[in-house]
Amino acid sequence: MQRIGVFVCHCGTNIAATVDVKKVVEMAAKEPGVVHAEDYQYMCSEAGQAKIINAIHEKNLTGIVVCSCSPRMHEATFRKAAEKAGLNPYMVEIANIREHCSWIHKDMEEATLKAVILARAAIAKVNLDAPLQPGESLVTKRALVIGGGIAGIQSALDIAEAGYEVDIVEKLPSIGGRMSQLDKTFPTLDCSACILTPKMVEAAAHEKINIYTYSEVEKVSGFVGDFTVDIRKKARSVDMSKCTGCGVCSEKCPSKKNPNEFNRGLNNRSAIYIPFAQAIPNVPVIDRENCIKFKTGKCGACSKVCAAGAIDYEQKDEIITQKYGAIVVATGFDVIPLDKYDEYAYSQSKDVITSLELERIMNAAGPTKGHLERLSDGKSPKNIVFVQCVGSRCSDERGKSYCSKICCMYTAKHAMLIRDKYPDTNVTVFYIDVRTPGKNFDEFYRRAVEDYGVNYVKGQVGKVIPQPDGTLMVQASDLLENKQILMEADMVVLAAAIEPNKDVRKIATMLTASIDTNNFLTEAHAKLRPVESPTAGIFLSGVCQGPKDIPETVAQAGAAAVKAIGLLAKDKLTTNPCTAHSDELLCNGCSQCANVCPYGAISYEEKQVNDHGIRETRRIAVVNNALCQGCGACTVTCPSGAMDLQGFSNRQILAEVDAICR
Amino acid sequence: MSIETNEEFRPKIVAFCCNWCSYAGADLAGSSRLSYPADVKIIRVPCSCRVNPMFILRAFEKGADGVIMCGCHPGDCHYTTGNYYARRRMTLLFSMLDFIGVENGRTRVEWVSAAEGVKFSQTMNEFVEKIHSLGKNVRLEDLRCRN
Amino acid sequence: MAYTYGNKENAAERIKEISGVNPLKCMKCGKCSATCPAFNEMDIKPHQFVTYVQNGDIESLAQSKSLWKCLSCFACVERCPRDVKPGKLIDAARQLVVRERGQNYLTADEIPELLDEDTPQQLLVSAFRRYRR
Repeated sequence: MQRIGVFVCHCGTNIAATVDVKKVVEMAAKEPGVVHAEDYQYMCSEAGQAKIINAIHEKNLTGIVVCSCSPRMHEATFRKAAEKAGLNPYMVEIANIREHCSWIHKDMEEATLKAVILARAAIAKVNLDAPLQPGESLVTKRALVIGGGIAGIQSALDIAEAGYEVDIVEKLPSIGGRMSQLDKTFPTLDCSACILTPKMVEAAAHEKINIYTYSEVEKVSGFVGDFTVDIRKKARSVDMSKCTGCGVCSEKCPSKKNPNEFNRGLNNRSAIYIPFAQAIPNVPVIDRENCIKFKTGKCGACSKVCAAGAIDYEQKDEIITQKYGAIVVATGFDVIPLDKYDEYAYSQSKDVITSLELERIMNAAGPTKGHLERLSDGKSPKNIVFVQCVGSRCSDERGKSYCSKICCMYTAKHAMLIRDKYPDTNVTVFYIDVRTPGKNFDEFYRRAVEDYGVNYVKGQVGKVIPQPDGTLMVQASDLLENKQILMEADMVVLAAAIEPNKDVRKIATMLTASIDTNNFLTEAHAKLRPVESPTAGIFLSGVCQGPKDIPETVAQAGAAAVKAIGLLAKDKLTTNPCTAHSDELLCNGCSQCANVCPYGAISYEEKQVNDHGIRETRRIAVVNNALCQGCGACTVTCPSGAMDLQGFSNRQILAEVDAICR
Repeated sequence: MSIETNEEFRPKIVAFCCNWCSYAGADLAGSSRLSYPADVKIIRVPCSCRVNPMFILRAFEKGADGVIMCGCHPGDCHYTTGNYYARRRMTLLFSMLDFIGVENGRTRVEWVSAAEGVKFSQTMNEFVEKIHSLGKNVRLEDLRCRN
Repeated sequence: MAYTYGNKENAAERIKEISGVNPLKCMKCGKCSATCPAFNEMDIKPHQFVTYVQNGDIESLAQSKSLWKCLSCFACVERCPRDVKPGKLIDAARQLVVRERGQNYLTADEIPELLDEDTPQQLLVSAFRRYRR
């Protein structure tokens, strides 16, 4: 039995005016376990707290009930007071007789009765309270960034600048990501490479940043502050320490007909290649599927010409195991495949392209050296049609239900650039809505219309019909004129929807980070915690969380870095002691609790148990206290009642129910 | 409905409020002095998904006349998805209770945010009124629990 | 001549029921009109069907040329990104009108003897599709 002290606060007249405080003291004193009961003007004052501390010492109290204002207001105050007197702070319960009683009732008798009942419920709860100890876990002062695009680079730079070691893992042979494929960036039209490559160089040169390119995350275990990650460094077949990046190997490679991924397959590359001129690291990689040496065993041209002797056909994948305190996910996006959009003739005509392909065509380092030309016959297009919302805002299974957010702006950019460089080209944009929220964004779009004469038509393209003479017939609607348009075009550019990188589901599963139906990673709170995953220690950077343009991506990358730094700055994490735990004798290992846990805090262990003399090995749920946030979803789901929540146990809540209904 | 006594019927009503939204909403109702009947007693839980159907059954068994559960609005749960689980569980429980004679009006789920003091007070007023119209609950009461 | 379609107030509801279409899903992109082969023949255009049903103006739809000009080729149904299916809406409107006129359409047995060699197959198929209910 506990030795409980009850302290009733007058709160000046806030409580005492409607609640007969003396009566509450008198009634509370009769409750089981109560050995001390008193009232005071202001319980939260120094003097009030001193009364609690004295009573704990004098009467040897083991539990405290304070009848006062809301626990959201002063629970922490009274817990600290109890701790000062040597009592476990979790042995304090609050009966809210101000917000929930005196302030809303007028009748004294009624309010007093309610206050007594609320006090009774709190006393019943304290009777079943157990001392709780917040757990502690150590923090590894190193961060992992998954993805080496602008989001990952920015997060890594920010974390490294704060003085922590950062590893970037990038799947492709070079960092740079989607942004490195872009030509110009809206709304200022500065060249993408000019602003990105300095950042890439900075990241590569930073003493705290370590970049693993051509590598993938293979396995993640552990929890916030203490993750263990296996990274697979795929065999490049080139010794990075010896290679000078001269590029002779690529020149001499006889296998030259492999689609160039960096240029979206618009031209070809050799089997040994550096993806683009500014690649970091500037070291080639052998595409083993297309290399003649790997296919037939006969060739070795690159090895023969390499003066540095860097080519190593025997190189094997390497697994690196490293510990991290925080993980930033920056896996980025890709455009959706358009093979199901037959009406736009994307697969039938080389002159129907996506906007990302147009970026490569417009880029001086691209397949056409920056000349705007038709890929079918190399002629310059005179009529270009842009189609918006291809696969975005779609409720069927071909597309995505969301707005891809960036298309309106990049289409305005493309249209403007084309009109600027080739003024005799007619540019028509078919749009449903033009969405340009953002600083200087709408002005940018208006400039395309007003100053550059881009023809914006409200309506959608119904079909694109390739003609025998190589032109394209575009059938579309003009909703404002209420007519159907048939127009000839030389080139059609589709603003294809963007979707999260294909590997994100695999990575999210490894991290136990939640993911939505569109494969975007879910944030811990849509408004208040937008860069954190509900899984502690996982942070979200860039488009992996939702469609974003570059400024937003960089802002979010910085925010994610700050959150990661905040975590890494701590030596130890104290954990909320009000966590779930499972009774190993009752647990039957059914996995239902793990299925509802939003934090991935529950795992299963084969454990030796002694069930009343029967010794056996059972599969038992184990809660990781560092991850559990104490919501209690598992406790209700558990069919055998093995899961319980400390501080809000089943018995405690039932006792409160009983006390109220008594 | 009491036949033996002429006393006015004072229902016993248990309200489960999640710590992050509804409990704060109830606090706001308090600090805004928005009154609701004293028959409502609030029990604080971390999340609406912590409310075990067992708690509600126990309340009725011990003589409660109505039980209301309040949580964060869908999509606003502090624990991301807790209120979705709660909603599903309560849908099932309430239909079962209705089947055994505890009318649907005696049970209610309401989403109340921390900013909705007015809604909290209105909800409680409505709910108490409803319970008054339904009268005393005798279906699930364990008669041994009567004083 | 005004049609009542059973119950005038409910005409729009009847159309939604027959077609199974929720016009509120429309985002007014106009892809239906862009794809329609009979567009130039129509007075009310495919993308407008949705608005007419939404506004409950079935009378205008019933009086329109479009009602009889729609080929029921379902190109709009196929390509609508929002699953709104304007073709099904106009189909449903046509059904209401046809029912109102006292079932004066052909039965399947009557068709063979009326067949003309020049009648395109697709017309027949879509006619059957249109009147099968």
